[in-house]
Amino acid sequence: MMESIVSESALPVGSKGHLASGWWGMLALVFTEGALFAYLFFSYFYLALHSISQWPPGGPPHLGIAVPGTLILVAASVVVWWGERGIQGAKPRQLITGLSAGIVLGLTFLGMQGVEWHNEPFKLSTGVYSSLYFTITGTHILHVIVGLLIMGVLLLWTSLGYFSAGRHAAVSIGVIYWHFVTIVWLVVFFVIYIAPRLG
Amino acid sequence: MATEDSPSTEKLRRIWEGKPGLAGWLSTVDHKEIGKRYVVTAFLFLIIGGLEALLIRAQLARPNQTLLTPEQYSQLFTMHGVTMIFLYALPVLSGFSNYLWPLLLGSRDMAFPRLNALSYWVFLFAGLFLYCSFPMGKGPDGGWFNYVPYASRAYNPGSNIDVYALGMVLLGISTTVGSINFIVTLARTRAPGMSINRVPVLVWGTVTASAGNLLAVPAVSLAFLMLFMDRQAGTHFFDSVAGGQPLLWQHLFWMFGHPWVYAIVLPAMGIVSDALPVFCRRPLVGYTAVALSTVSTMVLGFGVWVHHMFASGLPALSLSFFSAASFVIVIPSAVAVFAWIATIWTGRPVFTAAFLFFAGFVLLFVIGGVSGFMTAAVPLDWQLTRTYFVIAHLHYVLIGINVFPVLGGICYWFPKVTGRLMNEAFAKVSFWVMFIGFNTAFFPMHILGILGMPRRIYTYSDHLGWSTANLVISIGAFVFAIGLLLFLINVFRSFNHGAHASANPWGAASLEWSIPSPPPVYNFAVIPIVASRYPLWEDLMDEGPERSSVGTGMLLDQGRETVGSTVLDAEPDVILRMPGDSYLPFLLSVSLTAVFVSLLLHSTWGLGVTALATFAAGVWWLWPQRALGQIQEQK
Amino acid sequence: MTPESLLLIGDLSMAYDHTFGPAVDRITSLGWGLAIVSLLVVAVISVLLLIGIFRKRASHSQGLAVRHDSGGVRWIYVGTGISTVVLIGCMLWTMVVTAAVSRPPQKPALTIQVTASQFWWSVRYEGATTARTFITANEIHIPVGQPVRIELSSADVIHSFWIPQLAGKMDVIPGQTNVTWLQADKPGRYRGQCAAFCGAQHAHMALLVVADSASDFGTWQQGQLNDIAEGDTPGQKVFETHCAVCHTIRGVSPEGIRGPDLSHLETRSTIAAGLLLNTPSNLAAWITNPQLYKPGTRMPAQILSGVELAAVTSYLNSLH
Repeated sequence: MMESIVSESALPVGSKGHLASGWWGMLALVFTEGALFAYLFFSYFYLALHSISQWPPGGPPHLGIAVPGTLILVAASVVVWWGERGIQGAKPRQLITGLSAGIVLGLTFLGMQGVEWHNEPFKLSTGVYSSLYFTITGTHILHVIVGLLIMGVLLLWTSLGYFSAGRHAAVSIGVIYWHFVTIVWLVVFFVIYIAPRLG
Repeated sequence: MATEDSPSTEKLRRIWEGKPGLAGWLSTVDHKEIGKRYVVTAFLFLIIGGLEALLIRAQLARPNQTLLTPEQYSQLFTMHGVTMIFLYALPVLSGFSNYLWPLLLGSRDMAFPRLNALSYWVFLFAGLFLYCSFPMGKGPDGGWFNYVPYASRAYNPGSNIDVYALGMVLLGISTTVGSINFIVTLARTRAPGMSINRVPVLVWGTVTASAGNLLAVPAVSLAFLMLFMDRQAGTHFFDSVAGGQPLLWQHLFWMFGHPWVYAIVLPAMGIVSDALPVFCRRPLVGYTAVALSTVSTMVLGFGVWVHHMFASGLPALSLSFFSAASFVIVIPSAVAVFAWIATIWTGRPVFTAAFLFFAGFVLLFVIGGVSGFMTAAVPLDWQLTRTYFVIAHLHYVLIGINVFPVLGGICYWFPKVTGRLMNEAFAKVSFWVMFIGFNTAFFPMHILGILGMPRRIYTYSDHLGWSTANLVISIGAFVFAIGLLLFLINVFRSFNHGAHASANPWGAASLEWSIPSPPPVYNFAVIPIVASRYPLWEDLMDEGPERSSVGTGMLLDQGRETVGSTVLDAEPDVILRMPGDSYLPFLLSVSLTAVFVSLLLHSTWGLGVTALATFAAGVWWLWPQRALGQIQEQK
Repeated sequence: MTPESLLLIGDLSMAYDHTFGPAVDRITSLGWGLAIVSLLVVAVISVLLLIGIFRKRASHSQGLAVRHDSGGVRWIYVGTGISTVVLIGCMLWTMVVTAAVSRPPQKPALTIQVTASQFWWSVRYEGATTARTFITANEIHIPVGQPVRIELSSADVIHSFWIPQLAGKMDVIPGQTNVTWLQADKPGRYRGQCAAFCGAQHAHMALLVVADSASDFGTWQQGQLNDIAEGDTPGQKVFETHCAVCHTIRGVSPEGIRGPDLSHLETRSTIAAGLLLNTPSNLAAWITNPQLYKPGTRMPAQILSGVELAAVTSYLNSLH
């Protein structure tokens, strides 16, 4: 209950951290995109359960590229996290380094995914498993691309000197998306590469 | 109280008002404008969907008629469902909520004004997209739930289904964006003191529906994307020959579809919970119970989807679980019904047209509820499903629980939005014509269903005993349509010639009635401070000494500003700078729609160009602005 | 010839307020019970609403009816409490009925395989040997008083098998075989219809279940097992030239599987999946222009001279 009128001058003006509407909006976006992946995984397990032949048809997919790729994507999140800490401590150069490293690592992950796709003995229209494989990993790749675009734009804005310790809402918000992409990959990795090996 | 023409309100008016003419029309982010557009556009779709229904009823009025070919009939019943369920039912409620929320919550705008405009434009373009092939006789024709394999390329090779699939994904973007806006607005932009247990029930209904949509819409977007890929990219998700599963479509569709039907009624139930008490001259009985029942209905709504698949051959154990859940979900609805009855019983009813719509709604709600209760019983559903019994049920719940509250809500808020009163006598006549027409059209469908008439048949034999009921139903449908027409005529005439309305013609309690009719562009001259659930009734009741303040509060006139407050207790913690008018929402909607047109036309170049344009518009939109406090201070 | 000369003589209806077999009778009682509960609920709520609306009116002042934000909550407790008890009772009744009808009371006397297509039903009676197996279409005969197991497959899209007076619906889904059962306790004819939208002629995809006494069923079954004698009639020649590519006649022309098996067409009371009575003139009209009666059906029009048409019609009329 308000006992006195809160003075306008006592309140901060403009958004930062969780005070920013965009921070909450990004969480909501991550929630709904997470649901999209959940339904993809549901479809995967549903079709696997109803499959009368071996699943996956050629045995579980190889780990040779996927495991290093996972580590690279996790590293990308770590360096971006480190970069964000930079701007919180009024060190924009740390943010620029972190974002750049994150972009390079993200692009490396994309390249490895490309090689993985190329190496697969099936194509999109081969069968049910291939339809799922490319759709699930492809949806994730699309999210990585969007994440890289976000990182790129943040890098641009940081270089233009927009951000400070007190004003960097766009960075915190964009970074949430980037970490989401990494976390989703961990689940994709588990579903596609680990679950078939669990008997 | 700051008056209309004082220097401070003049300053606010200049800060908030939009550009004139077409420029203003394309660039406005005023939630009131967007809300009105949503409602008007939704009503246009309601009329189109209604005309489709009347054509269907003309064909079915007598046995063995040949007014329509089977293919025309299939497209009509499909587009009728698509139009009503997707292009009318949620958008009209989004319109009410968009217009009203900041006024109810004591704020100057929604949390994301430009996103608000985007959600409207994408809705409009998605609606046009969904209809783009219909005039050429190539409209979607597999029913609104579009089961595979009939919807697959093998059995439906034209572009009909592709239009449906892509249009729905595009519409899903509008819904998602709108839902995010509602959730963040509720969480962050309420007036000081508007704690979570003081927000109007319409707000509870809409935010619950929005959270539900965030969780449910991806299921149908995924389903339609998978269908599009099966049809155009050679995948095999639903292709039984290759080991795909037709039932996967049904699961994904109904995992979305069932929560969706709650999303399109919970806000409307909220309208009744807020407006009915005004015409009973007392606060709603059991506010907390009603708020909790709203949330629990939505939560339970995620656990019942298989009741649309009871006849599909699933194991009895899983069917029993979903049947039980479908019985249990009736309980929170019962809470709401008894809350409304108790409010009427312990209040003193005022017989306005709005009251009639709300009282009629309670009865129709219960009739729709009990027919649903009957179909919850699995073995009985094996008889009732896919007959006219279910058509009766779904129209009682959709027209009864969405359309009637919407019409009552229009009667109620018309003075606030337009500054004029609707003609009460005329509105009451239109209510009775609609109520009689509706029940004449849809009650006999229960009987027709038990007489064994299946859904989605374009004609029937005269020897099955279905003829009389069908004739009565068709007549009732036309009567209902006439009633709706009368209502709309009243709206137009009152808009131009109605008596002028004061700020609070109904003696209502909530914040929107404390500002002029129609509201100034900046909503509140000062941000109110809220002390109870019914600020304008505090002096009329003996509930304690606290008083809300509508005349004294934060001015916030250093630009477009509103207050941000904590989630539960609404303690102010930041002053938010709101973006001004912009063409970007319109431009981004155009480029997004163009992406989907490129997909429909299989144009890779088009896809590349439009995706790039979309990205560019997005970056421009998000470009940090000093005025919004997004760039570091000048040293 | 209009589709008015239709199947249905007054005794065949799709209504299921009265039913005739253990696969569905307990469902019918449940239906009546829940319907009565529903009507009572609607009546009670209507009365409460009407009384509530009319007992006190507001004066035209802007005052309120109460001075405290309280009162009336007991309505919610009592109303929801009673509703919950009724709901749980109905739920338990439902579970009992579900368990009771999921299985036939005794082992099924026979198994019939039904394959649904756009827009007709193929019916296969499997026997111990090929010679003891036969296929018919759109009309199922069963012995009265015995449970019969039905295995459902689809040749194309989703359909739904529904004979309302004998059993609830069971969908027919491509890629899987759904199983249902039914039993007729009274001899007679029972009408069914496809109950899942399957395309343009979903409206005209009916079928008939005929419950025969044990001896009548035996006679019918034996008749269906007989081969049709090969002859040299002009009608048979027309059939072989124009029809055999889609239709089979047992003993004469076994390769047509795209359309209904016509081996003993004269034993069936209807044609075109229940759309037309099986009379010579209806048959001739149908053969000439199926699209007129069932636009969208898979059978193309047959261009036959008057002589050819008369010959093939009388040939088909001879297939007992």
